[in-house]
Order: sequence, then structure tokens, then C-alpha cells
Amino acid sequence: MSKAFVSYLLSLADNTLILGHRNSEWCGHGPILEQDIAITNMALDCIGQARNFYQYAAQLMGNHTTEDSLAYLRDVTEFTNCLLVELPNGDWAKTVLRHFLFSTFQYYVYQQLKNSNDTLLAAIAEKGFKEITYHVRWSSEWVIRLGDGTEESKDRVLQALDAVWSYTGELFQPADFELQAQQEGWGADLLLVKRNWDEKIKAVFEEATLPMPPTAWMHAGGKQGKHTEHLGFILAEMQFLQRAYPNSEW
Amino acid sequence: MTPENLFEDKIAKEIKIEPRDWMPEKYRQTLIRQISQHAHSEIVGMLPEGNWITRAPSLRRKVILLAKVQDEAGHGLYLYSAAETLGISRDEMYDQLHSGKAKYSSIFNYPTLSWADIGAIGWLVDGAAIMNQVPLCRSSFGPYARAMVRICKEESFHQRQGFEILLTLCRGTEAQRKMAQDAINRWWWPSIMMFGPKDDESPNTIQSMRWKIKRFSNDELRQKFVDVCAEQIKTLGLTIPDENLKWNEATQHYDFGAIDWNEFWQVVQGNGPCNKERLQARKKAWEAGAWVREAANAYAEKRKARESTQAA
Repeated sequence: MSKAFVSYLLSLADNTLILGHRNSEWCGHGPILEQDIAITNMALDCIGQARNFYQYAAQLMGNHTTEDSLAYLRDVTEFTNCLLVELPNGDWAKTVLRHFLFSTFQYYVYQQLKNSNDTLLAAIAEKGFKEITYHVRWSSEWVIRLGDGTEESKDRVLQALDAVWSYTGELFQPADFELQAQQEGWGADLLLVKRNWDEKIKAVFEEATLPMPPTAWMHAGGKQGKHTEHLGFILAEMQFLQRAYPNSEW
Repeated sequence: MTPENLFEDKIAKEIKIEPRDWMPEKYRQTLIRQISQHAHSEIVGMLPEGNWITRAPSLRRKVILLAKVQDEAGHGLYLYSAAETLGISRDEMYDQLHSGKAKYSSIFNYPTLSWADIGAIGWLVDGAAIMNQVPLCRSSFGPYARAMVRICKEESFHQRQGFEILLTLCRGTEAQRKMAQDAINRWWWPSIMMFGPKDDESPNTIQSMRWKIKRFSNDELRQKFVDVCAEQIKTLGLTIPDENLKWNEATQHYDFGAIDWNEFWQVVQGNGPCNKERLQARKKAWEAGAWVREAANAYAEKRKARESTQAA
């Protein structure tokens, strides 16, 4: 299997691992007990999906690579997740808005991956798709609730939108491995994803009485390993034990 | 039969008391105190273990820990619901927790300093909790007993996971074994304090046992726990930090050393290593979430209003 295919798997995995990590930071600190459970559940889904992608990549890479060596022993520049998922959680508005923007993206990516000509990737996507369907529903309900809730909640979503919107453009700027993915039929066509995503975001924002932000400058770099300062801290925390006690079984 | 007699009769015949049944006010208050305290313990208990979610040493351990802490949130939820059947709201219970009026298990005022603490909590703290809780599945109050059945199933799963973490560490490197022993040294005594004061200093026990809310005394349960752990530690090849721990042929139980009750009462009174942080974390989550709950309510109201306009 090609190098591009492995890169593709790793970027799918990194995205969902880092988003899962961020969501997991809420565990025990949520605004409502039921929602604490819900966001933890989504963190579990995300990390579970990451494991599936990493395990597949590890199997193709051989050479004693494991899901854990991929998650715990690569440094910042080797991670290829989008910048959006590594941004700090902020308040509940920023977290649910980010989750909505990203899981809607994942939804349309996985929808196409279900038909990937790589059957194992298709099977992984199929499972993830069911989970992400719920993530989109849950997060869009929250965006609507906050947008059309109180003055304060609307203000907070608008602030969140201001903070994260400029990180959404990167999702659709294909890296080389994504172009190859589409050409060779094992990955998603990001143009098509973008069209669906735009439509869904517009519909939910309309119901939430939120304005569609203007198209403006968009940050990028995550797919090439050029991250925000935040990822280094995530990895420092996440990888601490594996780094401090190398070659140990846990 | 008077309502009192009917109540006593049900207790005697082991028929569950249900929320709509008449019950003595003191019985209701005892249950509210006990169930809400238990619910708060689940919620506060999420914090020390939650500390290690982002630092779990493998993806497998991370998902197991996340699922475990999530289970605790779920337990909190069933227990708050069970208490609500007695006529107190969840918000009132939160207020009591935040104001310090309601207590939670003191064990969660100890810090989690290493990954091995996650194993030690599973083995010892969940183990002690199970010892306490299994008899509660037969508690005379129906909603509490039913909640406990579900909780105990999940807790015994957590305990096995905790033991397995320790076992893996004990079979690992020297540094890992040291980490495991250190965790047991710190968690052992607080764990056996979890059964509460000695029987002759436990004011609520006699009445609770008469009402069949409680089935065994604190000391009986503590002894049972010590007996089990003294055997299980052998599998780990570690030691329990009590030089007086030894098998007693005559009693057919393990003898153990004196508990430092001064420490116990200090932690109960708020002077444990993490009392302030734990309560502060809960208050912060609650206060920072106020606008979220307001927005959710406002939106629900708006929707209801829109729906009724449409219907009209």
C-alpha cells in the first residue's frame, strides 16, 4: 500500500484523537451532568475511531509500529491533524461550535469513505459514520439552543465563531495525500465534502439565528505538520508516561 | 393497620418501601442524606481519576478510564434520581454540596499522584465501595436498592480493571513496581477508613440497621475488606503498609493495626489534601455552566411557545 494511503490514515487518526483529547478535558467539569456524560461519550467515540485508523496504519507500516507508538512517540511536526481540533476548549459555546463544524466535516468524509475501494477503510468509516451521525445531531442542537437561547448565549456563540471560523478553511484545502486519495478512489473528494458542509452549516446557522461569517483569511498548516502552539502542550501531557518510562508495558 | 404499622410490617417482611408509601420522616431524611452523599461521592469521585484521562499511558487505558469516569457520572445520575423520589431536587442537593452542608466520601480528598493511583483506586477504593454497596442492593428503599444493583455490577468491573492495572505494573519494570507500591502505601489507610467510624462511634448505624437501610456494621464490612485484600496482595507481590497485619487462627480473620482516626476526622472536617480543590472544581463547573443551563431553558420555553402558537 502506498505511502500516501498511510499518511491519509494517520491524518484521519490524528484529527479524531486530538478532538477526542480536547473533549475528554470536559469530563467531570461539564455544565450539566447529562451533558458531561454526552461529551465524554463523544470523546470515547473519537478516540475509538483514532485507534481503528492507527491500528490499520500500524499494520501497514510494520516494523513494530503500534497504535501507541503512533499516538505517543511522534512529535508535533509529525502530527497532521487540522488546527481546528487542537484549539483550546474555551467555554461550552466554543466547544460545541467546534464540535459541530468538525463533526459535520467528518460526517461527509466518512460518508464517502464508506464507499472507499479499500474495504477495511470502508468498514472503519461505516462504524465511525454511525457515531458521527449522533455527534452532528447533538452539536447542531446545541448550536441552535445557544444561538437562539439567551442574549448571553448568543453573544458567546458569536465570540466562539469569531475564534474558530478562520480554522475551517483548512479542512477543505487538500494535502497531496488527499488529492491522491480522491484520484485513486480510496479517499474522499473534498470539493464534494465542502459543498455538503456549506449547506449543512448554513441550514443550522439559520435555525440558530446566527450569521454566516464572511469568507476571509483562513489559517492552515496542520496537514503539513505546522501547528499552533497548543499541540505541543497536548502532546506533552498525553505522551508524558511513555516518554518518561520508555519501553514499558502499561 | 396504621401507616406506621404498615411501614414496620413491610420492613419486617422485607417488602420494599416505595416513594409513594408512607414513611417516617426520619427514615426519609436518613435516606436523602445517605443517597445524596453517595451521589455527590460519585460526582466528586470523577475528579481524582479524571486527572489522568489526558495522561493515560496507552490508548487502551485511556478509553477504559474515560468509560469508567463516565460510568461514575451515570451512577451519580441514578442516585440523584433515586433521591429525587424522596422529595428533594437535584439543584437543592447541589446547593448542599456546594455550601458544604452535604458530605461526600472523604477518600476523594486525596490526590492522584501517579498512574498507579488509578490502579490503586480501582482495586482498593472501588473494592471498599463494593463491600459497602453490595448489601445496599437489599436496602429497604426500592429506588435505592434498584440503583445499587446496577451500580454494583459496574463497580466490580472497575475493580477488576484497577487490579489489572496494578498487576501489569507489578510485572513491568522496577520503576513501575515502585510506582505501584507507593500508590498502595498512600491509598491503603484512607481506603479502610472508607467504612466509616468504629461501630461504637457511628451514631446512625443502629437505626439504619433496624430500618434495613444498612445490613452490616462499619467494622464488620471493614474486616471483610481487610481479609480479602490481605489475600489479593499476594498475587501482586507487593505489601500492605501495616506491620500488624497478620492472620489470626482463633478469629479466622486478619488482625490489623490501629487506624489514625485523627486523620479521618481532619479530612472529614475539610482539612484533607484536596478538600478545597475538589469542592472548588465542582462549584466552578456549576457556576461556569449557569449561562448554559439558562440558555437551554430559554430555548425550550421559546420552542414550547412557538409550538403552541402553531397548534392554535
